[in-house]
Amino acid sequence: MRATFIVARRELASYFATPVAVVFIVIFLALQGALTFNLGNFFDRNQADLGPFFNFLPWVLLLLVPALTMRLWAEERRLGTIELLLTLPITQGQAVLGKFLAAWAFCLLALLLTFPFIITVNYLGHPDNAVIACGYLGAFLVAGCFLALGGAVSASTKNQVIAFVLAVAFCFLVTVTSTPLVTDFLARSTPILATIARRVAVAERYQSMTRGVISLRDLIYFASFIGFFLFVNTVVVDHRRAD
Amino acid sequence: MSALIEISGLSKRFGGFQAVDNVSFDVARGEVLGFLGPNGAGKSTTMRMLAGFITPTAGRARICGFDVATQGVAARRRLGYLPEGAPTYPDMLVRDFLAFTGRIRGYSGGELWDRVEHAIGLTTLQSVRLQPIETLSKGFKRRVGLAQSLLHDPDVLVLDEPTDGLDPNQKHEVRALIAQMAPRKAIIISTHILEEVDAVCTRAIVITGGRVVADATPAELEKLHPSHRLDDVFRQLTTKAA
Repeated sequence: MRATFIVARRELASYFATPVAVVFIVIFLALQGALTFNLGNFFDRNQADLGPFFNFLPWVLLLLVPALTMRLWAEERRLGTIELLLTLPITQGQAVLGKFLAAWAFCLLALLLTFPFIITVNYLGHPDNAVIACGYLGAFLVAGCFLALGGAVSASTKNQVIAFVLAVAFCFLVTVTSTPLVTDFLARSTPILATIARRVAVAERYQSMTRGVISLRDLIYFASFIGFFLFVNTVVVDHRRAD
Repeated sequence: MSALIEISGLSKRFGGFQAVDNVSFDVARGEVLGFLGPNGAGKSTTMRMLAGFITPTAGRARICGFDVATQGVAARRRLGYLPEGAPTYPDMLVRDFLAFTGRIRGYSGGELWDRVEHAIGLTTLQSVRLQPIETLSKGFKRRVGLAQSLLHDPDVLVLDEPTDGLDPNQKHEVRALIAQMAPRKAIIISTHILEEVDAVCTRAIVITGGRVVADATPAELEKLHPSHRLDDVFRQLTTKAA
């Protein structure tokens, strides 16, 4: 576990050694703010909750998280440092988990920096802060899913552009499959596919969390989603490390 | 005493290309093995397999008795490895980079910084210890890679072209360093600078087309050609087989 944290610490420090951290956080906050206040009609709704904020969050994450994951492994491959990292006395699993935890901690920081929204809504009214906390937990878990997915994609290529585009595409897929547009279409021809689509999608479980519902099933879903893609990531790194 | 590096029947195929073909040798403590061969002969691939970075198609490698494939972490703990091109994280400071590899190797607190300073001293990096690696010249970058491989004072050193990109003075220093460490360690260095073999190696292996074509002391190798010159021997061995 110690080696995992050392890898995570180095990775996290590298975000702040380059403009990555600042650019990511500024764009994330600006996008979230613009979408929530302008498109989301935050004030006109006259409701003391963070509904619009949480509605837009997965879409912003889906665009920005792949920007974090694209360099996770592709950069190591390009610099050749993957050879250094994997010939240190650590297992591949530790390297994969360390990098993932660093990126996840960074997402947590970005999410925490949206605290002015909470202050605003508490200043204007009396929101249910437990529901808001629940929504944040959901957002954190969705970020984890996207990171795990993007990390696995990044491990399979040396090209960061490919890593980014594919990660966005896959994250889009797991977000969009539970929307009525997709499920209605599937339900018309093969209803079973619609059920499957709704079950595997990240979005629906996230939405129930933003409404304040935490179920064990959803938590297990998120944990297995992340676990599965970290496992895929480890296998891909092991298999393709020298390519 | 048994060998610290044991390689037996090591082979690697990339698709239809046989990069390394049934290579076997041992290296004991006190030996400095020069690994020679033309570009693309399989030197780096063999070293990568020994370091556990590439999985061999066949055969196996052991470091201090630990199988690289099945006891990888234990084997790598005893190995100092300088990969080809000495890759390092460009955005890190020299000192922080060395501290990172030191922490991974289990050092902390005062001991960690002692190790870092010692490695910096060995490779004469004092003047750049607080500089980002990306701002350094090629020779310095190479020495940062070398410092990383020496930090934990490993029993086994595998250095892929350690003097590439260094100026003549730096080359001399690195060779002196290797010669000074030699009695306590088993060392493999790959090179295509033949004078280096004479300068530091106690034994040389010539590899071409993935096969070992000579395994002898430098003096014995020189006798293989009437001119008694290593580069003639090298050319004779590597062009004949190709």
